[in-house]
Amino acid sequence: MEDSWQRIAAVEPQQTLPDGDVIIPFACWIDNQEQLSQHNGKIAVCLNGDDNLEDLSNTLHLFELIALEFPDFRDGRSYSHAQLLRDQFNFSGELRAVGDVLRDQLFFMQRCGIDSFQVREDKDPEDALKGLSDFTVKYQTAADGAPPVYKYR
Amino acid sequence: MYRYDQYDQQIVDERVAQFRDQTRRFLAGELSEDEFRPLRLMNGLYLQRHAPMLRVAIPYGLLSAAQLRMLAHIAGKYDKGYGHFSTRQNIQFNWPKLETVPDILADLASVEMHAIQTSGNCIRNITSDHFAGVAADELEDPRPYCEIIRQWSTFHPEFSFLPRKFKIAVSGADNDRAAVQVHDIGIYLVKGEKDEIGFKILVGGGLGRTPFIGVCIREFLEKQHLLSYLEAILRVYNRLGRRDNMYKARIKILVNAVGAERFAEMVEKEWRRIKDSALLLDQKEIERVKGYFIEPDYAGDAGADASFAGRLEAQKDFAAWVKRNVKEHKAVGYRSVYVSLKHPASPPGDATDEQMSFIADLAERYSHSEIRVTHDQNLVLPHVKQADLYPLWAALKEKRLATPNIGLLTDMICCPGLDFCNLANAGSIDISKQINERFTELDYLHDIGDFQIKMSGCMNACGHHHVGHIGILGVDKKGEEFYQLTLGGSAGSHARLGDRLGPAIPKPDVAETIDKILQVYLDEREGDEQFLETYLRVGMVPFKARVYAPEPGAGREVEVLAGH
Repeated sequence: MEDSWQRIAAVEPQQTLPDGDVIIPFACWIDNQEQLSQHNGKIAVCLNGDDNLEDLSNTLHLFELIALEFPDFRDGRSYSHAQLLRDQFNFSGELRAVGDVLRDQLFFMQRCGIDSFQVREDKDPEDALKGLSDFTVKYQTAADGAPPVYKYR
Repeated sequence: MYRYDQYDQQIVDERVAQFRDQTRRFLAGELSEDEFRPLRLMNGLYLQRHAPMLRVAIPYGLLSAAQLRMLAHIAGKYDKGYGHFSTRQNIQFNWPKLETVPDILADLASVEMHAIQTSGNCIRNITSDHFAGVAADELEDPRPYCEIIRQWSTFHPEFSFLPRKFKIAVSGADNDRAAVQVHDIGIYLVKGEKDEIGFKILVGGGLGRTPFIGVCIREFLEKQHLLSYLEAILRVYNRLGRRDNMYKARIKILVNAVGAERFAEMVEKEWRRIKDSALLLDQKEIERVKGYFIEPDYAGDAGADASFAGRLEAQKDFAAWVKRNVKEHKAVGYRSVYVSLKHPASPPGDATDEQMSFIADLAERYSHSEIRVTHDQNLVLPHVKQADLYPLWAALKEKRLATPNIGLLTDMICCPGLDFCNLANAGSIDISKQINERFTELDYLHDIGDFQIKMSGCMNACGHHHVGHIGILGVDKKGEEFYQLTLGGSAGSHARLGDRLGPAIPKPDVAETIDKILQVYLDEREGDEQFLETYLRVGMVPFKARVYAPEPGAGREVEVLAGH
């Protein structure tokens, strides 16, 4: 897939970012906002489970993409972050799952409002996308806007 | 009982297909063991000491005869001819082969059953009162709400990778028979100020290494807000629960760390934001689900029968069974009947495939085709006419299912222990045997009365030892099995964690120690006081003194070994 974004997993002090569109850790953006305004390209932030989502809420409009990190697919905090970004903060840009992103979690991620997936490098992305269609019935409402299934009953 | 419609059926069918493919990918090497583990756990599949163990969900402990017959079929075809009913009203099979699990799930789906979320760090089977809908002391039947929660929690996209497992119980009766206060979320149906019925919400109960009784964070919640409130609790927990240490990851640790008041504030804040969203429960949906739990067609003349009284008079062993195993019912002339899975010769909670089919037949004949699983690992036939009690008893007796010991000392709760479980330090099943061999005098047991022994083979407390009148915990000391006893626990409406008796007891002395404890109770009790009342009145001291008294000349090793 075409993708202009380059993810910088960690930014060292004094490090200059490569030109172009970059995804940098949220903490790094908080600390270096002024300097980053000079960056030649678009900036997106990557949130992990430890980051405080509320710190981001006033500046959401600056981003067209927010990445949500799954350091391990068993760490489910980013599902809540995705849900809140969509449902509470009305973020309408791209939400991208990064990290330990695997086929069998894609269905859940999509339902929480994540709409792009950077599948773990050693996995086949085409195969992973099959995970999106594991279920056709959704019992409960979520950020994907699906009503609870009982509304159809 | 609840019946699947096209949507419910579609979900379990799609689950079978998904798991079949996951198993195929694992066996083909496309999924690593680490990647497959959480997937199989969310389907109740463990890889255990001898073979995989598959845990099948029995939502709020309710089974139809056809479903129980299917469980019997699975036990016979894929397992070694038996199953183990667990303290969470589920059933576990200990010997299925991994390759056959997708077929087992397909068989289950054919009778509207599944193994979804019976393990893993997600919302587990919703448990309830095994007398729901028939109890005389019930404010409202909790099962419709259990079913609504079951559906909401099934494949919840946000809460499928929680810090740790999550258990919810609901009760609608005065007497709590569902151990509600030791659940991550405990829900009681209660009356509000205007006499309307709603929910009281507790959080942070749980057993395991760090036991807690749940605390109330909301005295009254209107029914239509049930799901939004649960969602708010789960969201706070999913974001803030610890993930660095699995032993500190349950919600009880979070609630305790931030304080119940602060926790409640966070929940309320989130809840206010979402309460009028699409999570608001339609009254129509509540009514629809309630419609599945209407009373069966009770015979109006069931109370007119005189044969029952005659049989009671004439036959002492029938009367003894009725006294312990038969309970009051809200319909005149009807009773609820416990099918005891605590026969002295078999492990507590186990039933053979033959017994399961047999009970299914009896349920069809005598109990409107319905069976309940209790959290203390027995079965219940919930709608039996009093005139049928005698033939039912005679039939149950034939299959060793009429041991008249419900609520007595030998009606123990027991995890599978060392014999099956990877985690266990101790052979809980051996200890239950030892206890059964020592306490054979039924009159003595009846004299002692209501008495709960609860036994866990390790700290994870699957056998709920913290809330047993006597709790027994298996511990390993340099490769030897020892047993830590606690006294005075209770899982009921006044839930209480047991107090540690003293140094752990070596395996051969467990039954004898229990005997000593009983002797103290019999010496100390006033009037018809139950064990728990006596214990709360006299305290630990006399029990401790008797158990750890040096025996003259015998050179007992209890104290010595305990120092290790």
